[in-house]
Amino acid sequence: MDLELMINSFPKLLSAAVITLKLLSVSLIIGLFIGLFFAILRLNKNIFINRFAYGYSYVFRGTPLLVQIFIIYFGLGQIEYLRSTVLWVILKEPYWCAIIAFALNTGAYTSEILRSAFQTIKPGIIEAGKSLGISNKVIFYKIQIPIAIRQSLPAYGNEIILMMKGTSLASTVTIMDLTGVAKYIISTTFKPIEVFIVAGGIYLFMTFIIHNVIKFLEKKYSFN
Amino acid sequence: MELLAFGDTGWGDELFYATLMTIAVSITAMFIGFLFALIFTPLKLSKNKFLNFIANSYTTIIRGVPELLVIYLFFFGGTGAVMFVASIFGYNEYIEINAFITGAFAIGIISGAYSTEVFRGAIQSIDKGQFEAANVLGLNKFGKFFKIILPQTLRLAIPNLSNVWQITLKDTSLISVTGLVEIMRQSYIAAGSTRDPLFFYSFAAVLYLLLTFVSMKLINRLEVKYSRGY
Repeated sequence: MDLELMINSFPKLLSAAVITLKLLSVSLIIGLFIGLFFAILRLNKNIFINRFAYGYSYVFRGTPLLVQIFIIYFGLGQIEYLRSTVLWVILKEPYWCAIIAFALNTGAYTSEILRSAFQTIKPGIIEAGKSLGISNKVIFYKIQIPIAIRQSLPAYGNEIILMMKGTSLASTVTIMDLTGVAKYIISTTFKPIEVFIVAGGIYLFMTFIIHNVIKFLEKKYSFN
Repeated sequence: MELLAFGDTGWGDELFYATLMTIAVSITAMFIGFLFALIFTPLKLSKNKFLNFIANSYTTIIRGVPELLVIYLFFFGGTGAVMFVASIFGYNEYIEINAFITGAFAIGIISGAYSTEVFRGAIQSIDKGQFEAANVLGLNKFGKFFKIILPQTLRLAIPNLSNVWQITLKDTSLISVTGLVEIMRQSYIAAGSTRDPLFFYSFAAVLYLLLTFVSMKLINRLEVKYSRGY
């Protein structure tokens, strides 16, 4: 055990954890909007819209996140047309490519979580709203969405933790996040166990915090 | 389509073998995961606090730390660990462990943590009366486990195990960082030499979709088979 290395690498890994958290929070926020959008499409009765939303979530849930990042980072740059548009400003940055891939990926899982939450809302609640003369729009925003959010909290908490682990793949496209820095230290010192303990400890700590925040929110918004 | 030709001119045969490699690693990893689950599930259900603590640490750490970090630990640490053990026996030459074994082991440990949770949940949801009835029938420990508990556990566990399989299958793409030539690595090589990453990574995505689709169909059949009594 090389305690000195562990102490020395701790600040470096901690500052890399900030990048991990940035990647995570930005992709979660974008992913939440994507997820909500596709969940609403899934509830649509038009079969084409429905199938389109299902296809999106099927493809992104059925392929590894690594493939998705590589297609966006290495693949899209190959299209000549894209290089001449404004989009290239974003797509040439590995940071934004990683965020796009993460957001699309978590969006697919989030859309499934929200869809099942919408579907478990009892029809009686919506009917009660209608009988009170509330418009469909208000029913959706003021009744269905709050209930669906409460309903999907436990599953969404798991998704946040899975996504936090997913951000480690950013290191494969040259981003120095927590895993990227950990790999760099391992490959220069050849002390994998020490670095794993420190980096893994930081990840576990973040998991612990997320887990407890979700638990707190679940309690706060529980129906009883 | 020329790019996918079999033989020297295309990448078809290479990608075909790479797909077989992905399947082989996934199945091996899943099997190693079952072995881990076989050890840790009883520890989780045990009344001994210390054994509980060991099993809980295993599942919490593995499920809370990124897969890639675990793979790096095994990739960089595996050789060192084996050489350390070998040096105790007086062997001091450099030993290189096979990328397949390291990869399958790393993914297997991850998969095992998820399988452990699945089996624990399944066994806990079996009605107490079933255990009591088995006792009343005078079955011995083995008979009780293999004839009464295991078949019911499998029925309850299969839907969740199919999720674990999907996770394991997708996780094997991460072993490509260690140089094992599976779908992801082969696409990386092909993309590099043809300068056509868009095509090859999209094709890799199609291969993974195909694998998840076919395995879902097969697992659904198993599900039907194990729930025929219900």
